[in-house]
Amino acid sequence: MESFTKLTSRVVPIPNESIDTDIIIPARYLKATDKVGMDRFLFRDWRFNEDGTPIPSFILNQPRAEGCKILLAGKNFGTGSSREHAPWALTAFGFRAVISTSFADIFRSNALKNSLLPVVVPADVHEELFKLVEADQKLELTIDLASQILTLPGGKSVSFPIDNFSKQCMLAGVDQLGYIQKQDTHIRAFEASHPAMVVTTAK
Amino acid sequence: MAAPQTLFEKIWNNHLVIEEPDCPVVLYIDLQLIHEVTSPQAFSALRDQGLKVRQPSRTVATADHSIPTHDRTLPIADVMAAKQIKQLDDNCREFGIPLHGLGSPNQGIVHIIGPELGLTQPGMTIVCGDSHTSTHGAFGALAFGIGTTEVEHVLATQCLLQRKPETFEVRIDGVLKPFVTAKDIILALIARIGVGGGVGSVLEYTGSAMRALSMDGRMTVCNMSIEGGAKAGMIAPDDTTIEYMAGREFAPKGAAWDEAVKRWKSLPSDAGAKYDKTITLDASAMEPMITYGTNPGMGIAIGAPVPQLSEMADESSRKALAHALEYMALEPGKPLLGRPVDVVFIGSCTNARISDLREAARVIKGRKVTPTTRVLVVPGSQQVKKQAEAEGLPKIFLDAGCEWREPGCSMCIAMNGDEVPAGKYAVSTSNRNFEGRQGKGSRTFLASPLTAAASAVAGKVADVRQLI
Ligand code: SF4
Repeated sequence: MESFTKLTSRVVPIPNESIDTDIIIPARYLKATDKVGMDRFLFRDWRFNEDGTPIPSFILNQPRAEGCKILLAGKNFGTGSSREHAPWALTAFGFRAVISTSFADIFRSNALKNSLLPVVVPADVHEELFKLVEADQKLELTIDLASQILTLPGGKSVSFPIDNFSKQCMLAGVDQLGYIQKQDTHIRAFEASHPAMVVTTAK
Repeated sequence: MAAPQTLFEKIWNNHLVIEEPDCPVVLYIDLQLIHEVTSPQAFSALRDQGLKVRQPSRTVATADHSIPTHDRTLPIADVMAAKQIKQLDDNCREFGIPLHGLGSPNQGIVHIIGPELGLTQPGMTIVCGDSHTSTHGAFGALAFGIGTTEVEHVLATQCLLQRKPETFEVRIDGVLKPFVTAKDIILALIARIGVGGGVGSVLEYTGSAMRALSMDGRMTVCNMSIEGGAKAGMIAPDDTTIEYMAGREFAPKGAAWDEAVKRWKSLPSDAGAKYDKTITLDASAMEPMITYGTNPGMGIAIGAPVPQLSEMADESSRKALAHALEYMALEPGKPLLGRPVDVVFIGSCTNARISDLREAARVIKGRKVTPTTRVLVVPGSQQVKKQAEAEGLPKIFLDAGCEWREPGCSMCIAMNGDEVPAGKYAVSTSNRNFEGRQGKGSRTFLASPLTAAASAVAGKVADVRQLI
């Protein structure tokens, strides 16, 4: 996993509420058996016509989106399916952080495992961010993971929550599997004292 | 005396492997279910790291999402889907995982075959790379969807890192009116709490209306808990649960059965156990429900008008409603009842069990579906299909002009070519009405099998009570 420390970037605002995983990446693009090229499918049906030509009014097709690493999304982002293809598509496009008022549980968990930072801000800050970005397309935000601070231009800052374990993993760029593997003696002890309820390989 | 515990807390505490300060807990997973779409990258990751599957005997796989539902003797036309399914075969063979794949008498939608084989049992922790894993909570199991990286973690260690969710009691008392079903209960709940209402929580459904539901009905309710944003939904095991389990292929037998029943009976929440939140609903006031918008929270009673923008609480919800109605090409303030429908889909892990098919058949029997409406009936598993055949249901559907298909996810997710055409309307018994979910540009009304069947006959959105 790539490490995440501090990020300064312009912002892509997509104000729609409850953007779901089928919008982020439609199911028909889930037939891949690897993670390659997922950026092409990000927001596919909002971004491209049936024939694959870009829809100019959609923000990701506009010059202002180029190089942006922060997505400012409407309330309650990532609702729906467990597909990790959603964060894979977002990071393949270049996003490293998504700001919203809340995130669906599975999306948040998937994002954190792909070094995509979900930043939860209070409703009033969320609203203010949309206004600021609307007023100045070149506006840059800074996200500092170590101090958990989002800084607006002009110096105003807000702190955002993240559990310490995920934060340390992201700062160091380490996968969480290693931590579980280190608990092997405990896992063995658990297995010894808890007989299996089902044996799927029986007969 | 120990403090009273909820069903969730009992299962959670019983599966803690280790809890270190400032770290998430390591939770043991009793059963992992695998399907073709969310597993290939997890197996590749294992291979890249030279890892094995720790417990193949606590893992089971099937193919459901991208498989065709027509003649299975033909090769799969979609090259990508064919490759994905072959990859699942190869992965299962290489890592020693039992697979109920194409050609198996147990193949079916992953959340339908787990329970019907008796693999899903009360008190277990169950995961799958699929958000509707919440279905299995109907048995009093802690079951939730995970991403592909977590699939890899469980394959490698049989454990997951977890943070303790909150508990949310959904108490539903009262007796349902005739023709109001489990699907209507869950649609009514999500309309009330919204698609983000359950975020961070595990729902436990309690109350007399839940006790009265069959296991099939309970699975429908728990299935859609995720649509309310919840991590999982659960219902305490009772006699209905135990009766369902008895004699299933992987259910315990003999002395082990007696022991298991004793264990299951100790699972229900203790008197006085505390939940972080509680909500109460009255089942007797519920109507058949239908959704009008592009998330499952946008639901109304079947005869009600689509809401006005002015009824929305804030600007953001107003915009969301306006956007949804534009996509759906619907006007606010008008009812859905009587609106022509192009497609009816009866299927999915929400409503493709035998009782769902029986309900639909009961409405369709001796009638014809409207010729301009395509009606697809897709059983949830080979076992459901076989049972339906034994009861003569396919003939009822076929005589009425419906299509009768092979088991799979089909038009719920439209990965396999079963699609609602762009701009067309579908009444669907599935669980998601997201933009494009049933095919690019598809417009979905979610409803119960009874409402779907009535709409198939009428060729428009119909109230089953006016038909029967
Ligand atoms: S039927 Fe639909 S919701 Fe259920 S597992 Fe298949 S695709 Fe997912």
